[in-house]
Amino acid sequence: MATTYGNSADGFDPANGPASAQERETTEGRVFTVTGNDWDDLVRDLSGTTANERIVVNMGPQHPSTHGVLRLILELDGETVTEVRCGIGYLHTGIEKNIEFRNWTQGVTFVTRMDYLSPIFNETVYCLGVEKLLGITDQIPERATTIRVMMMELNRISSHLVFLATGGMELGALTAMTFGFRERELVLDVFEMITGLRMNHAYIRPGGLAMDLPEGAEKKVRELLRVLPGRLKDVSDLLVENAIWKGRTVGVGYLDLAGCIALGVTGPVLRSTGLPHDLRKSQPYCGYENYEFDVPVQTTADAYGRFLIRIAEMSESMKIVEQCLDRLKPGPVMVQDKKIAWPAQLTSGADGTGNSPEHIKMIMGTSMEALIHHFKLVTEGFRVPVGQVYSAIESPRGELGVHMVSDGGTRPYRVHYRDPSFTNLQATAAMCEGGQIADVVAAVASIDPVMGGVDR
Amino acid sequence: MTEPTETPGEAKVVFPATTDGAIETFAPASPTDEILETRQGMFGVSGTGDTSGYGGLVEPMRAIPPSARPYGGAFDAIADALEAALPTYRQAVKAVVIDRDQMILQVDRDHLHEVAQALRDDPALRFEMCMGVSGVHHPEDAGRELRAHYPFLSITHNRRVSVEVTAPDADPRIPSIIDIYPGNDWHERETFDFFGIVFEGHPHLTRIQMPDDWRGHPQRKDYPLGGIPVEFKGAQIPPPDQRRSYN
Repeated sequence: MATTYGNSADGFDPANGPASAQERETTEGRVFTVTGNDWDDLVRDLSGTTANERIVVNMGPQHPSTHGVLRLILELDGETVTEVRCGIGYLHTGIEKNIEFRNWTQGVTFVTRMDYLSPIFNETVYCLGVEKLLGITDQIPERATTIRVMMMELNRISSHLVFLATGGMELGALTAMTFGFRERELVLDVFEMITGLRMNHAYIRPGGLAMDLPEGAEKKVRELLRVLPGRLKDVSDLLVENAIWKGRTVGVGYLDLAGCIALGVTGPVLRSTGLPHDLRKSQPYCGYENYEFDVPVQTTADAYGRFLIRIAEMSESMKIVEQCLDRLKPGPVMVQDKKIAWPAQLTSGADGTGNSPEHIKMIMGTSMEALIHHFKLVTEGFRVPVGQVYSAIESPRGELGVHMVSDGGTRPYRVHYRDPSFTNLQATAAMCEGGQIADVVAAVASIDPVMGGVDR
Repeated sequence: MTEPTETPGEAKVVFPATTDGAIETFAPASPTDEILETRQGMFGVSGTGDTSGYGGLVEPMRAIPPSARPYGGAFDAIADALEAALPTYRQAVKAVVIDRDQMILQVDRDHLHEVAQALRDDPALRFEMCMGVSGVHHPEDAGRELRAHYPFLSITHNRRVSVEVTAPDADPRIPSIIDIYPGNDWHERETFDFFGIVFEGHPHLTRIQMPDDWRGHPQRKDYPLGGIPVEFKGAQIPPPDQRRSYN
C-alpha cells in the first residue's frame, strides 16, 4: 500500500516545505524517493524498521560536482559506494549527423563545439583527417603547421587549467578555481586576438588556417609565456604539498595499467600508471618529432598522480610554444592548391573580424578566375575522393580519434569522433566502487571528462 | 594523392596470398558488387527544375578495391602474424584494403570474435587497445548496408590496423567483442543507438545517447535530420536537409 507524504500527490506541501519523501511498494520492496528538504521525514519514518540501508542516489545531471551534466547513479551502503553507473546523453546535440548536411569546410564549425575545452584539438584532428583523404598532408605550409602546434599547446594549457579549476572547486579548493579560471583567461585572450573568439574558433581549416596571425600576436604569446610560469607556480604551490589536497587525492581513484588498457583509457590517466604513451611521441603528426619536450609520467595510478602529470604537462607545453615562436617564418598559411584552399583570408578591422578588403578588391576588380574559384569553393565546396580514414591526435584527455568516410561528394558521408572523455568515463565504476562517496567526486575530477565531448 | 584505381567491367579482385604463397584471384559476383551509393545530377534537384545540363550525371561511389600482397610497410607483418595465429584466416578475412597508409581488414562477422582475440593476444600482433566502433550506413549496398569500423592500436609495436565488418539491414547482428575489449562497452551501445546494429553478446545493449523511449536510429541515412525553416524578414530558408545542395 503506497503512502504519500505531504498533502498532495506530487509531494508539495505548503506547510512543510517544497517537497516530502515519497514512498511506494515495488517488486524490490519499499522504495522511498527523496527529493530534498525531506530527509528528516525519511529518517523518522524508517526509525524502528529493520529495512536494509541500500540507498540509490542520483548524483546529477545537475550537480556542481559532476563536472558538467553527468548523472552518476550511486548505490550506497552507508558511506561506501557499492555500485556506480553513469548516465550520459544530456548534452547530445547530434553534431555528427549535422556534419553530414554541411560541406567539408563547414564541418570544422561543428566539431569545434564537441569537447568545448579543447576546440583546437577537435579542429586539428578533423582537418588532418580531411587532408589525409585529399592526399595533401605533405602540402600543408610549414607556417600553418607551426601555428597549429602552437595553438594546440596553448589550448592544452587552458584545458588543464580548467581541470585544476573545476577539480579544485569540486574538492572544496575554491582558490584553485579562481586561480585556474583567471589564468585560463590569459590564454583565451590570446585565442581571441588570433581567432576572434575565446572558444569555438573554427580557426584550423582543411588545408591550413582560417587566417594568419594578426599583427602583435607573437608579442602577445611571448608576454603570456613570461607571465604564465609564475602564475602556474602559484597554483602548484597552493596544491602540490597541500595536506588537504593530498588527503583528498592520494590513493583515490586508483586504476592500474591493466585496467587502463582493458578499458581503452588514454591520456594523463594512462600515464599516471607509468606508461609514457603519448601520440605526439609515438606517432607524431604536425611535425611534433621536431620539438623537444618530455612526456611526464607518474607511477601512483591515482588522482594525485594525474594532477601532477597535468601540472608538468603545462610546463612542457610552454616549452613547445616557445619553440614554435622561434620557428615561425613568414609564409602562406593555406595550401597552394586553388581547388581546395579557402580563397579568402579574414582580417580584423575596427568592427571585428571580417572579410579582407584586399581580397574583395582582387576578386571583384582584377581577377575573374579568382572570383570563380571563390564562388565555387564557398557555395559548392571541394570534393573529397572516396575512402575512409582514422586519424588520431593526443588531446589533453587522451587519444582523440576521428573516423571519416567520404563518398566523393562535397559533404562528409560520415564523421565519427572517438572522444577520450567518452571512453575514459567508463573507468568511473572501476575507480569508485568500494570507495567512499566523497572519493567519487575526486575520481571523476581526475578523469577530467568534458560532457560536450562525451555526448557530442 | 592516392586516387582509387577504378577498373569497371574487368573488376578482378586479388585476395590475400594463401599459406603456400599462391595468389588466388576471383571476379566479384556482379559488377555492381562494389558500388556503395550512386549520386545523380549535381545540384541536388531532380525532375524538371534542373536546367544546368548536369541532371543526367551519374556518379557511383565505388569502394576502394582490395589490395594484393605485398602490402608494404608493417602491413605484411600484421597479415603474416594474423594468418599464423588464426587457422580460419582465409574464411575470416575476406579482403585486405590498403589505402592512404592504413590497413583495413574486412572481416566476416561470424569470425570477428576470433579475429579480435588473435589481434589482442598474439605476441606478434598485440593490439592492446580497441579504439571503439564506428557505424556507417550504406542503404544502397544491398546485403551489406550496415558497417562497423573498429580501429585497433598496438602500443607494443606502435602500429594501427582497422577491422571492418558488414551486416545486412534485414539481419543487423554483429558479435560483441566487449569480453575481449571491455572498453568497447559504451561504443557498442552508441553504435546500436545510432545505427540499430545489434551487438550479440553485449550484456546490456541499451540506448546511451538518445532517450530510452526514442524511436528509430538517428545516424542512419534514412532518418531525417529534422529542423525548422530559418525565418528572415521577407524570406525563409528551409532546414539543412531540405536545402538545395551540391551532391
